[in-house]
Amino acid sequence: MSGEDNIIVIRDVSKWFGKVQALRKVNLNIRRGSVAVIIGPSGSGKSTLLRCINHMEVEDEGEILIDGQRLPRSEKWINAVRADIGMVFQHFYLYPHLTVLENITLAQRIVRKRSKEEAERIAREQLSRVGIAEKADSFPAQLSGGQQQRVAIARALAMNPKIMLFDEPTSALDPEMIKEVLDVMLDLAKAGITMVVVTHEMGFARAAADEVVFMDDGQIIEQGEPAMVFDHPRHERTRLFLSQILHK
Amino acid sequence: MAYEDASLAQGNVITVNRESLRLRLERFPWWFLVILLVTAVTALIITTKSTYTEAFGFIRAGLSVTIMTTISAYFIALIVGIVTGLGRISRNVVFKNLATFYVEVVRGIPMLVLIFFIALVLVPAVTSSLNALGERLSAVGLGGLGAFFSSVTNKGVPMQLRAVIALSVTYGAFSAEIFRAGIQSIHKGQMEAARSQGMTYGQAMRYIILPQAIRNVLPALGNDFISMLKDSSLVSVLAVRDITQVAKLYAGQTFRYPEAYLTLAVLYLSMTMLLSLGVKALEKRFQSS
Repeated sequence: MSGEDNIIVIRDVSKWFGKVQALRKVNLNIRRGSVAVIIGPSGSGKSTLLRCINHMEVEDEGEILIDGQRLPRSEKWINAVRADIGMVFQHFYLYPHLTVLENITLAQRIVRKRSKEEAERIAREQLSRVGIAEKADSFPAQLSGGQQQRVAIARALAMNPKIMLFDEPTSALDPEMIKEVLDVMLDLAKAGITMVVVTHEMGFARAAADEVVFMDDGQIIEQGEPAMVFDHPRHERTRLFLSQILHK
Repeated sequence: MAYEDASLAQGNVITVNRESLRLRLERFPWWFLVILLVTAVTALIITTKSTYTEAFGFIRAGLSVTIMTTISAYFIALIVGIVTGLGRISRNVVFKNLATFYVEVVRGIPMLVLIFFIALVLVPAVTSSLNALGERLSAVGLGGLGAFFSSVTNKGVPMQLRAVIALSVTYGAFSAEIFRAGIQSIHKGQMEAARSQGMTYGQAMRYIILPQAIRNVLPALGNDFISMLKDSSLVSVLAVRDITQVAKLYAGQTFRYPEAYLTLAVLYLSMTMLLSLGVKALEKRFQSS
């Protein structure tokens, strides 16, 4: 094809919630190994777009291709695709009745069909990667918010995903814990994992993003390299949004 | 000054002690003491007065029926309850409507009427339709299976089994509502996280949602067991020889009503008190964690 290796292709995607249109014919390509950061005011559709990528929300119109394969609409086939796409949520959603180690091994075992030993080995590797190997036997409630979010990242990574989705991963954290999570995400970005991140952390976007996507009112208003979008926004709406969040 | 301070401090200590004594007296479960006393006195009477000893000996014979009926009906009701509870929240229209139909029907009919209906109308209807099916099967040459179905007679289903069926059907609907509430109390993010990892709906339910939901509803399920024990007395209307039925028989034969019914009441009370202590301990254990 054009030589571009797009792992995610979003074509003319529209989505309604009742009478409210959340996405209006959105088109977006994301290259393999790149980091895309989606920014925009609340209610602009950025989380909805992210959630369409693994069909936590199903688009009403258009199509989404992952690795050249169209996302299936049937419940039956979507699970295999989801296993290849890690997702990190604003409120972590760790499984509170399981230990940290069990949180990370469960899906490996029942979805990836790995043995207990293999799943635990991988879980411990990922826990070291996010810097909390010593918490393997704790329960989520015994961890700080930042530690919980790092466990959630390790849980997603343990599935060996092709893509990682982050839905406002630091928005629910106390200020002093934001950095430890962003540091982990920065490491992942450097390691060449394809990431799509919805966030308000402009510092992270500048440091890690290959591309910044600004959304408003269910549409992509502009996109480009961070320096371009942040320093020379072409659209008035982008300028306005940036001035509001950067307290200029 | 120092001396004064010390005496003042001492005075304070005494008032604190008095305070805590009063508080302790207020908090003490007097009601429980009274129940213990009544039970102890009744036990004493049973061991010393011959008419009571006789009544107790008679009624005790029904204990195994009461306990077996309660336990077996309870566990069947739990299974029915989980399945129905999952049906109530299912996106499958047929499953959901069937479950809701069952729950609403059972909730709208008095338990006593349900027991009569299930034992004396539903079970005979099922056996006779099985018989009809058996005849058909025999006619088309499936003699073995046909003979089996034909052999299921109405009289072949003992009353105790019907009582268990009736109680399970009734309590299945109750525990379904408990399970439904328990499942709905789990944040929807848990289901999302599990599904985002590629788990099926069933896997997410089994490994993520149900373990948390069941933990939350354990006290409610425990209370259900206590209610089941009490409501098992209703099966006496089917002449099943549980403790209520044998007490009734004893009273009818001897006209010793206090002997029969005081013994019976205290027997139920001591069993339910014991069980509710267990449920309270269960509640405490799961509150702390």
